[in-house]
Parts: sequence; C-alpha cells; structure tokens
Amino acid sequence: MREISYRDALREALREEMIRDPTVFLIGEDIGRYWGGAFKVTKGLAEEFGDERVRDTPISENAIIGVAVGAAITGMRPVAEIMFGDLTALAMDQIANQAAKIRYMFGGQAKVPLVIRTPFGGGVNIAAHHSQSLEAWFMHVPGLQVVVASTPYDAKGLLKTAIRNDNPVVFCEHKLLYPLTGHVPEEEYTIPFGVADVKREGTDVTVVATLYMVHKALAAAETLAKEGISVEVVDPRTLVPLDKETITESVRKTGRVVIVTEDCKTAGVSAELAALIAEEALDYLDAPIKRVTTFDVPIPFSPPLENFVIPDEKRIIKAIKEII
Amino acid sequence: MLPSSDKLVWMFRKMLEIRHFEEKVYELYGQNLVPGTIHLYVGEEAVAVGVCANLRKDDYITSTHRGHGHCIAKGGDLKRIMAEILGKRTGYCKGKGGSMHIADFSIGMLGATAVVGAGIPIAAGAGLSIKLRGTDQVVACFFGDGASNQGTFHEGINMAAIWKLPVLFVCENNLYAMGTRQSMVMLIENVADRAAAYGIPGVVVDGNDVLAVYEAAKQAVERARKGEGPTLIECKTYRHKGHSRFDPATYRPKEEVEEWLKKDPIPRFRNKLVEMGVLTENEAKGIEEEVLAEIEEAVKFALESPYPKPEEALEDVYA
Repeated sequence: MREISYRDALREALREEMIRDPTVFLIGEDIGRYWGGAFKVTKGLAEEFGDERVRDTPISENAIIGVAVGAAITGMRPVAEIMFGDLTALAMDQIANQAAKIRYMFGGQAKVPLVIRTPFGGGVNIAAHHSQSLEAWFMHVPGLQVVVASTPYDAKGLLKTAIRNDNPVVFCEHKLLYPLTGHVPEEEYTIPFGVADVKREGTDVTVVATLYMVHKALAAAETLAKEGISVEVVDPRTLVPLDKETITESVRKTGRVVIVTEDCKTAGVSAELAALIAEEALDYLDAPIKRVTTFDVPIPFSPPLENFVIPDEKRIIKAIKEII
Repeated sequence: MLPSSDKLVWMFRKMLEIRHFEEKVYELYGQNLVPGTIHLYVGEEAVAVGVCANLRKDDYITSTHRGHGHCIAKGGDLKRIMAEILGKRTGYCKGKGGSMHIADFSIGMLGATAVVGAGIPIAAGAGLSIKLRGTDQVVACFFGDGASNQGTFHEGINMAAIWKLPVLFVCENNLYAMGTRQSMVMLIENVADRAAAYGIPGVVVDGNDVLAVYEAAKQAVERARKGEGPTLIECKTYRHKGHSRFDPATYRPKEEVEEWLKKDPIPRFRNKLVEMGVLTENEAKGIEEEVLAEIEEAVKFALESPYPKPEEALEDVYA
C-alpha cells in the first residue's frame, strides 16, 4: 500500500484538480516557483502549470481573498493559500462578509467556488501570531464550510471535494501534520463533506477530536487499551457541515464523551460539539461531557509554556479517567 | 470623439431614469414603504452613465451602498430594483439584499457591497478571471472618496496594476465620506494622484459632465481591452441629498450646495444635446415622460408584488 505525506497528498489533490479543470488556479504568498509555499505544499506546481495558474501575490491577505472571490463569482475556481491561519484575521472582511454572504444576499444568483487553505495549530515554537487554532471563527459564519483533515488520506479526498464544491470552503490544515505519512491510494477518490470517520472503534468512551488532536487521541487510546479501557475516536472531518449522526451515535453507544480540540475553550469548536451532544444525546450520557482544549491564553513561545497550554496525551488520558 | 446620437440619447434617458427613480424611492420612503435606509445617487448620474455607456453586456461592474444608479446604468430592470428596495419576493435578490445589495449577474452587475471599499479587490478578481479565461471583457469598479482610505484600495489596485488587469477604478468623489469632509482625512486634493503610487494612469474628470466621464472611461476601457492594465478615474461630483435618508447634511455649507446644484449634470446634458441638435426640447420632454411612466410601472409592480415567505430566509445560504 502506498504511503505518502499529508503535504504530498494535498499537492496531489491540487495537481489532479488543476489537470482536470482549467478553471482551477492557485493564489497566495510565496506559493510559486521561488518558494513553493511556506510549507512546500505547492512545490513544483508553478513549474508544471505556469506562473499564471500558480500565482505569487504581494503581502495583501485581504486582497488575496477578495481577488479570489471576484474570480470565483466570474467562472473560476481559485484555491487561495493564507500562509498562517492567524493571518486570516487580515482577510476576515472578504471571508466573512463577502465570500460567505454573496450568494445569500444576492438571492442565490452567485456561486462562490473558493477554497481557502491555511495551516493552524501550535507545537513548533513560533508563538502567538503563528500558532492559533481559529476554526471556530469560520464555523460561526453561515455561508462558509469548514474542513479539518487529520490524515493524508482525508486531506487528499476532502481537498478534491472542496475544489469541486460551489461554496466557499475554509480548509484547515495543521503544521505538524504536513510531514505525517499515511495510506493514500493511487486511484482517484473523493470524500464527501459531512461524513465523520471513526478512526478507532471502542466501547467505553468516545473521544471526538480534530486535526492534530486526532493523533494525540489515538495515542491516548492505545495507552489506555493496555489498561483495559476501550476508547472510540471520532474525527468529524468537516465542522460545517457536521455529521451529527455519527458523533451522537457513538456517544449513545459508549455513554461517555471527551472532546479534544486545539482551539481555546471559550466559545470554541469543543463548545459547539458539547452543545450538540447535550441537545441530542443527553439521556444516553453516564457522565458529564469533558473538554480538553488549549487554555484560554495566547500561544506562548517557550517550549515548556507552549507544551503546557496545548492538550497532550496525558491531559486526554486524565480527562478520560475522570469519567470512566 | 463624441458618441453616436443614439448613444447620446440612451445616456440622457439613463440619467433621467436614475434621477426619477431615486426621487421616487425618496418619496416612497416618506410614505413608510421602504424598510431600512436608502443612499441615493441623485446628482451623481453622469458618473455611472458615462462609464457604463462604454461597457458591453458581458462586461462587469461592482457597486456600493449607493448603488441603484450603477445597476440602472448597466441595464438593470427598474421593476426588479424597486421590488428589491421594497423587500419583495420579485426583487433581484428575492428580498434578501435590499437597497444596499442590488445585483444582476445576468448583465455582469456583480453586486453592491455595503462594506466601504470591499468591492475593489473583488473587481480586481473579476479582472484576473478575465485574464485567465482570455476574453476581452473589462470591469468597472465604482467606489467613493471614503473608500480610497481603506486598505482594500491599496491592496486591490496594486494587484490589478502588477498583473495589468482590465479594470477601471472609478472613484466617485462627492467630497464627503458620510459627514467627513475629504480635506479632514486626506492631504491631497485628487484621489487620482494616488495612481502614481501603483504606476498606473490617474485621471481627474468633471463627474457632472457625462461626456467628460464618457471620454475618460472610453480611453480606460480601450487600454484595459488591449491588456495594458487598469486606470484610476476620479469623478468630481456631489450628492444632492444627504448620506442616507436620515441625514439632513447640515455639515455642508449652503453656498457649496447651491454651487453644486447649479452644476446639476442633467440640465447641463439636456442643454448640450439641444444645442448640438441631437434632441429638441420637445423630444427631451417626451423622453422624460416615458421615463416617468416606466418608473410608475416599476412602482406598481413592486407594490403589487408579494413579500417573501418568512421561511425563505433559510434558503440560498449554500449552493
């Protein structure tokens, strides 16, 4: 079985979609032939498709998204890269007020087939302006779809779907995932939005986790298995649309749930997931819902500080044990 | 070179459509028939018409909160604009957008955004789309003097400049951003001077002279269609009404208002057409009557149209 990295899986998705559809083009800072993207996702694509379709831009995040919106509503399928998720703040008007609302406020006249790829997350000691996890911002804006791909397989299949989709999609990546390898078939496939994936089956407790936290949750599950605790790990894969059924079904089965996300706790992704479970599966719960998240602080620089604020395997295990 | 007589008459008619349409909206507002607020284009008609007279149906425009005039000039249907302003199901946006969000994608009217300056990068993006698709369409991007202080102005025009995108950046300088006088927020007199910073032509025109606007836009469109890049056209103009319906515009000196009212673009153009022998006074009057009748029909259509069903609010969020 072929194993490739998350980074290479993303690049394959971009490349295949660019071959398949001439309206697909890439736009962003340093994504072209001189750098190949800050995380090398687009490396080699400018050489293959030319500088027109793999377009380096000035450092103007709001205009990168604005230009992508203008192209999307006039027949193109742009894939914009924002170098760090934190910098989506600079483009928030174009993302939240324009891309998300153009279809609705114009009464359904427009399609906005736009993908915004951006890496979130900490763990690489680059502090408060390059490490945040802001997925919840985008979940809060009707009109956007939000993807959180945790494996090379998911990354490729979901990115292809995102590009073919007629809605603006915020495609959340994670810096620590880029080198991670996993099985990705040679043959063509896509993954539909709104279908969660049970990454590990279990019977005692459900852990709902996203992005890099999926891997920490799987590690915790492996450790606990040795102690006789059976953990089911559910990865929603897309936050909008959300596969409520798979999540609540797992909770109904295990009766216990720990939600693990890397964004901070207050009004975060974990809050939305907890509210969903409380609304739709409360009667099945044998213990309170637990949340393991980054603490409500900016991401600090020094390794002991950063490691402390972002959830690790130990915190996940502790939370599980508190409700078992 | 002057446009053909047919085009001149078309321009005159469009300016009258905008003027009387807006006056009618003002009147309906006073009768509590218009929800929300309105930002009228009265006084600025020569800008939208002078620019759009150079555009084809497949060319694009982007518009602003003060956008009724842009849509009319691009060929929008008065009935559907009026119905949208009244919040009706038959409006362009099925009642979801209202006065500040008129759009008609079938004629290249890519919509009015009510975030000041937000349309500038979107217009550049439509220009990039044209370039990548290899057509000879152009984009006209309308915005006000206030928008030229937004970051989007710098970011969007710079991108259009470096990539030589086929875009006309049309600044409607009516001297005030809401109640803030231009001189309070800029040390330069001409917004068009900023074009130098992006290495593109910047042109200042009398925005109340439709033929001056037409000529400046004509050159910019030719340049754009040839792939030579964008132009910044600053049209000096004035809104006859306040910023929005509730604004009595007391911050404007009386003498200034009077001076600008004398420069009203419509009588100026009418006199010119009569002088040139394109129209007689009677013919001009006849056109005006036709326009008034057309607007009455639009009002009737809008008033008789149903409101959307409440649950339609849940539709059109996603494709």
